[in-house]
Amino acid sequence: MKKLLILGAGTAGTIMVNKLAPVLDQSEWQITIVDHHETHYYQPGFLFIPFGIYTKKDVIKPKRDFFPTGVEVIFSGIDIIEPEKNQVKLTDGKVLSYDYLVIATGSQIKPEETEGLVGDGWRKNIFDFYTIDGACALAHFLKYWEGGRMVLNVVEMPIKCPVAPLEFEYLAEWWLTEQGLRDKVEIEFVTPLPGAFTKPKASQLFGDFLDKKNIKLTPEFSTGRVDAANNKIISWDEQDIAYDLLVTVPTNMGDDAIARSGLGDELNFIPTDKETLQSKAHENIFVIGDATDLPSSKAGSVAHFQADILYENLLSAMEGRPLRAQFDGHANCYIESGFGKGILIDFNYDTEPLPGKFPLPGIGPFSLLEETKMNHYGKMMFRWMYWNLLLKGAELPIESQMMMAGKRV
Amino acid sequence: MPTREINGQSIEFDNEGFMTDRTAWNRDIAAVLAKEEGIETLTDRHFDVIDFMRKEVEEKGTAPSIRRLNKLNVVPTKELYQLFPGGPAKKAAKIAGLKKPEGCI
Ligand SMILES: Cc1cc2nc3c(=O)[nH]c(=O)nc-3n(C[C@H](O)[C@H](O)[C@H](O)COP(=O)(O)OP(=O)(O)OC[C@H]3O[C@@H](n4cnc5c(N)ncnc54)[C@H](O)[C@@H]3O)c2cc1C
Repeated sequence: MKKLLILGAGTAGTIMVNKLAPVLDQSEWQITIVDHHETHYYQPGFLFIPFGIYTKKDVIKPKRDFFPTGVEVIFSGIDIIEPEKNQVKLTDGKVLSYDYLVIATGSQIKPEETEGLVGDGWRKNIFDFYTIDGACALAHFLKYWEGGRMVLNVVEMPIKCPVAPLEFEYLAEWWLTEQGLRDKVEIEFVTPLPGAFTKPKASQLFGDFLDKKNIKLTPEFSTGRVDAANNKIISWDEQDIAYDLLVTVPTNMGDDAIARSGLGDELNFIPTDKETLQSKAHENIFVIGDATDLPSSKAGSVAHFQADILYENLLSAMEGRPLRAQFDGHANCYIESGFGKGILIDFNYDTEPLPGKFPLPGIGPFSLLEETKMNHYGKMMFRWMYWNLLLKGAELPIESQMMMAGKRV
Repeated sequence: MPTREINGQSIEFDNEGFMTDRTAWNRDIAAVLAKEEGIETLTDRHFDVIDFMRKEVEEKGTAPSIRRLNKLNVVPTKELYQLFPGGPAKKAAKIAGLKKPEGCI
């Protein structure tokens, strides 16, 4: 029996196991998937929890519901990958050997990387919304908040879902307005980027929205430490910004198991060929989703597009054929802009987000780089698509390669 | 693409002032570029950073991140910000004759 081992059963690992199980001959291939958690979290839903739009039960389902039959599922931590021996040691003591390995261990926040962040203020007036616990704790805090200076700080790039901090700001502004608190709150968006976003056209549009909503933008701020006793964030070059409520997006890093295995860069992301998704160091290791070091966005939609490419290339590798499928960096993100509206962006490695209609050129129903009600419905519908289509590896009505049709240059 | 005369050499730059050919670089050019960035004299510590960055680009094709410089004990992040005030990744790359660092999203 040959062995395919998938590490991580989040978005990307679950999609891959669902795509591969039906096509790999069960008498020839044993597929195993490993994850330490039994619960699947719909992470895009975390954004809505602080504002009471979703609660915890709206964003969780058992992982078991999403595994195809005939696949071996192991719930255990991954201790170390040993590529020279083609094996993986689990924290429960098991050792798994493999012919092919797919790493899909994602990325996580590491607040302890920033001095003073996890201290006296943590979960008192400092919160993250990238974890379920953080999002729920912030929801509780906001319920009783009477206003003050609300600072959202992105500590360091790259982060997963790079538009999520902007969405948080837009939603917060809407929510505070609804609560009758808007005039009691100063909102400031503090980012290491030169503007609201990286890509010029989108950055301009998102920046205009911040302006319109009276949210102050402070770009090029690289957070060095947090002085929780005095409620200040301080940059490496000693600028400081005071807060009453700090919403932080801490440093994002790959899992410690990647570091233990010597497979990662300084952020534990795995050097990966940006087109074939093969690991740069080992021919029989492939990497997908947030765990890669690719210059594409770390997003569920991206993991989904990558899955089409990885599927082709993995089957090619197994059959000794050259790896022909190429990932183009395609990303597609709905951005909540508050008051029941949203913006949609679609881009890849080479093409920045452009205006137009999506997915049907000239028709839509979604509008690119423009604020519409329909885009908001797209965002809310994404949860249904995620659970019912995306995770199951089903075809979505969107090509994995980005299309220029429908875009205005 | 703007071409400029520096120390009698004609050097090409991109529109944001990054050299397009790192092999045309030398320490005297670095000194001139540093002045333009508001750094009066380049010390040995500056060159520790510059030399390491150039070496990594030579070997790996990409310049090291601030975090990597810190992790490999080339220079602690705090000191890096003192050496190249206001955006060390970009500034150091510019002075080292390297391409603009790729922003990630
Ligand atoms: C607040 C927020 C909003 C977002 N919004 C959007 C959005 O609107 N649209 C969008 O497309 N994306 C969004 N994302 C991003 C999206 O959720 C991720 O990009 C996606 O889940 C990545 O999939 P992945 O499989 O690479 O990683 P994950 O889904 O995180 O899965 C990694 C898995 O590996 C497991 N694992 C890791 N290490 C170990 C170990 N040592 N042992 C055992 N198991 C391990 C974990 O338990 C986890 O199940 C958002 C994310 C956040 C946090």
